[in-house]
Amino acid sequence: MGKKTLWKPESDFFLQQILQNISVEGGNMAQPGVQMQGPEPYGAHGPRQQYFSPYSWNGGTVLAIAGEDYAVLACDARLSEYFSILSRDSPKRYKLTDMTVLGCCGFHGDVLTLTKMLDARLKNYKHEHNKTMSCKSIAAMLSTVLYYRRFFPYYTYNILAGLDEEGKGCVYSFDPIGSYEREVYRAGGSASALLQPLLDNQIGMKNMQGVQRLPVPKEKAVALVKDVFISAAERDIYTGDQIIINVITKDGIQEESFPLRRD
Amino acid sequence: MAAEHFGFSGELWGNGPSPGGFYSTPGGTTTPQHGPTKHTLHPMTMGTSVLGVKFDGGVVVAADMLGSYGSLARYRNISRVMKVNNTTVLAGAGDYADYQFLKEVLDQKIIDDELLGDGHSFSPKAIFSWLTRVMYNRRTRFNPLWNQVVIGGFNNGEPFLGYVDKIGVAYEAPTIATGMGAYMAQPLLRDALEKKPNMSQSEALELLERCLKVLFYRDARSFNKFEFAIVTAAGVEILQPRSAEANWSIAHLIKGYE
Amino acid sequence: MFRNQYDNDVTVWSPQGRLHQVEYAMEAVKQGSATVGLKSKTHAVLVALKRAPSELSDHQRKVIPIDDHIGVSIAGLTADARLLSKFMRTECLNSRYAYESPLPVSRLVSTLGNKMQICTQRYGRRPYGVGLLVAGYDEMGPHIYQTCPSSNYFDCKCMAIGARSQSARTYLERHINEFLDCAVDDLVRHGLRALRETLPNEQELNTKNVSVAIVGKDTDFTLYDDDDVQRFLAGIEHEKRERGAPAAAMDVAEGQEGPAADAPQDPQPGGPDAMEH
Repeated sequence: MGKKTLWKPESDFFLQQILQNISVEGGNMAQPGVQMQGPEPYGAHGPRQQYFSPYSWNGGTVLAIAGEDYAVLACDARLSEYFSILSRDSPKRYKLTDMTVLGCCGFHGDVLTLTKMLDARLKNYKHEHNKTMSCKSIAAMLSTVLYYRRFFPYYTYNILAGLDEEGKGCVYSFDPIGSYEREVYRAGGSASALLQPLLDNQIGMKNMQGVQRLPVPKEKAVALVKDVFISAAERDIYTGDQIIINVITKDGIQEESFPLRRD
Repeated sequence: MAAEHFGFSGELWGNGPSPGGFYSTPGGTTTPQHGPTKHTLHPMTMGTSVLGVKFDGGVVVAADMLGSYGSLARYRNISRVMKVNNTTVLAGAGDYADYQFLKEVLDQKIIDDELLGDGHSFSPKAIFSWLTRVMYNRRTRFNPLWNQVVIGGFNNGEPFLGYVDKIGVAYEAPTIATGMGAYMAQPLLRDALEKKPNMSQSEALELLERCLKVLFYRDARSFNKFEFAIVTAAGVEILQPRSAEANWSIAHLIKGYE
Repeated sequence: MFRNQYDNDVTVWSPQGRLHQVEYAMEAVKQGSATVGLKSKTHAVLVALKRAPSELSDHQRKVIPIDDHIGVSIAGLTADARLLSKFMRTECLNSRYAYESPLPVSRLVSTLGNKMQICTQRYGRRPYGVGLLVAGYDEMGPHIYQTCPSSNYFDCKCMAIGARSQSARTYLERHINEFLDCAVDDLVRHGLRALRETLPNEQELNTKNVSVAIVGKDTDFTLYDDDDVQRFLAGIEHEKRERGAPAAAMDVAEGQEGPAADAPQDPQPGGPDAMEH
């Protein structure tokens, strides 16, 4: 098998953009492990210096598809750090309301904080307005929550899935600083670059002539999700262990899991 | 005034109480700081790996007793495990001063909690969750507590084992190993658990001791003296420090790395 | 204009050791419509009588959910209650954010008590003019707490506050031994019967003027209004009111309890103002 490269801070475009904007005591965070000038005698600076990075990359992939009367949100359950698997049972889906699920991955510290804060905001909304927040409104709120930390962002990739006011499936995708858009299908996180082209081909029917663009039936969407995640787990070391699939319909949220390779 | 006579510009006595000001050391109001605020952005005295595993009816966490100052084995009898309350224990790796600070804060928190005397106490999950907030908030202010902490607990018939690090990454798992232990002990722990999902307490202790021994053989910052903290339905027990029986008789066969 | 010379400010003591402003605030609670709270081994229940301030307006909400495990019903100034319930909601949210666990009811009530105490001791403030019945469920089981404008709070087996609530308390006292082993629906029925005691003869409980709320083991705090209370009301519809002689005798106009015989008295131009506790 050919599992590929390790994630490094300096090879992540988004993290670099983020770190450009943060500096600590004049030192630029973008160069972890600042080079010393010339050879120094061993121990001249006391113990070996370690540098503080406020972010890490804990991997994980999320994926959502909006259908006519359903939405599917799938995620894997692996939590990683560099070459280590921290947990094989850490699903990246967060049930926000009875009708809305958030897929959230990236830096797990931010994921935990963001989802906790969303829970509090949603409960507060429910108390103040005496109704549950709609998927559309949650999307708008999430955007402002993310943008609030524009200059020290939540390093998280978010995909929101639910049903809209007409009962149609809806999917909203976000970048880490709050830009968002309603879409029919979207993959986010570690294996997004592997999954998105597959979805373009299988659901978007991109760059094809003489094909019928029919709405995807629920069963096909679920089967497709399993297939593409198996493929992602094959090539991405930060995706694996199992997938959790949430199917959101007017009857509520149904959850199933499916094993992936654990290496 | 006097300082200027000697050609100093500034405090005669920096980073400490002013002479005669010993009665108000906490709070740091005695000496104004000059320049930017200093944070722990690099650690000093460090503890190495911490291990933890769930067993049938409880949890055990373990850490060795070495405080390393770079490559210097500086303190050889420091405790890195603590009892939090009757259902929770904690073991910390990383900067020892930060660990001691955290321990002090936690101990006081538990005292405040018990003083309410209302019959409620923090569950392991509550302690764990609170620690994630502390660590995350400190990292967000660029003033991290340079630790990885492992929280063990037993509550409502369920064992609990969780991990939090200095930037607020946190998770629960049936086996946990930090630092070098993540590479050397974690595979052994997972393998043992897969072969026997319901270990007994003595099997779990034996397993951890074996892992600590492996770490002692290969992790240069580890030490052959360690403590276990066990939580079961009966409460918390911190075992007396112990050592593994090591065998270096084949060490002379390892050649080529001099 | 003033009822006596010691009631200008909360910070002024009367020679009898009373704080008149605080006691006046206690009276505000008795102006509000009645509400009853009671609990069994597994559940806590609130029932409340809603009033419509005028023919043109809807009935005022009396029960406010605080968190999944706590809710309050109010008697007195609704505006003050809104402020307090917002405070309580924030406390509960903070607990869930920091500890991922629900805030114990006793701790919420004691922080609330501390907050309310401040304005009984500060110059230029006024006490909150609202009494609360706090119903909640936590690891220690179900709870009913009563809070007062004096910032006193009481852990209760059952309690009624608000206008003419003495009649409801009399009912509760008579039946107190039955509550502990009650099923939820029976508990609600007891609450409704107690609440009915507070009504004048020509008025009846109906789906418009009654709120019911239940919290308990495996039951999140749930509020029932309008048609949802019909099934509870149906259980007591054909029963006769108790209205025992002692209860009726105690029913002073508008439920304002008279002063206890041995309560210390300030020189006062008129009007009863008793220390309830």
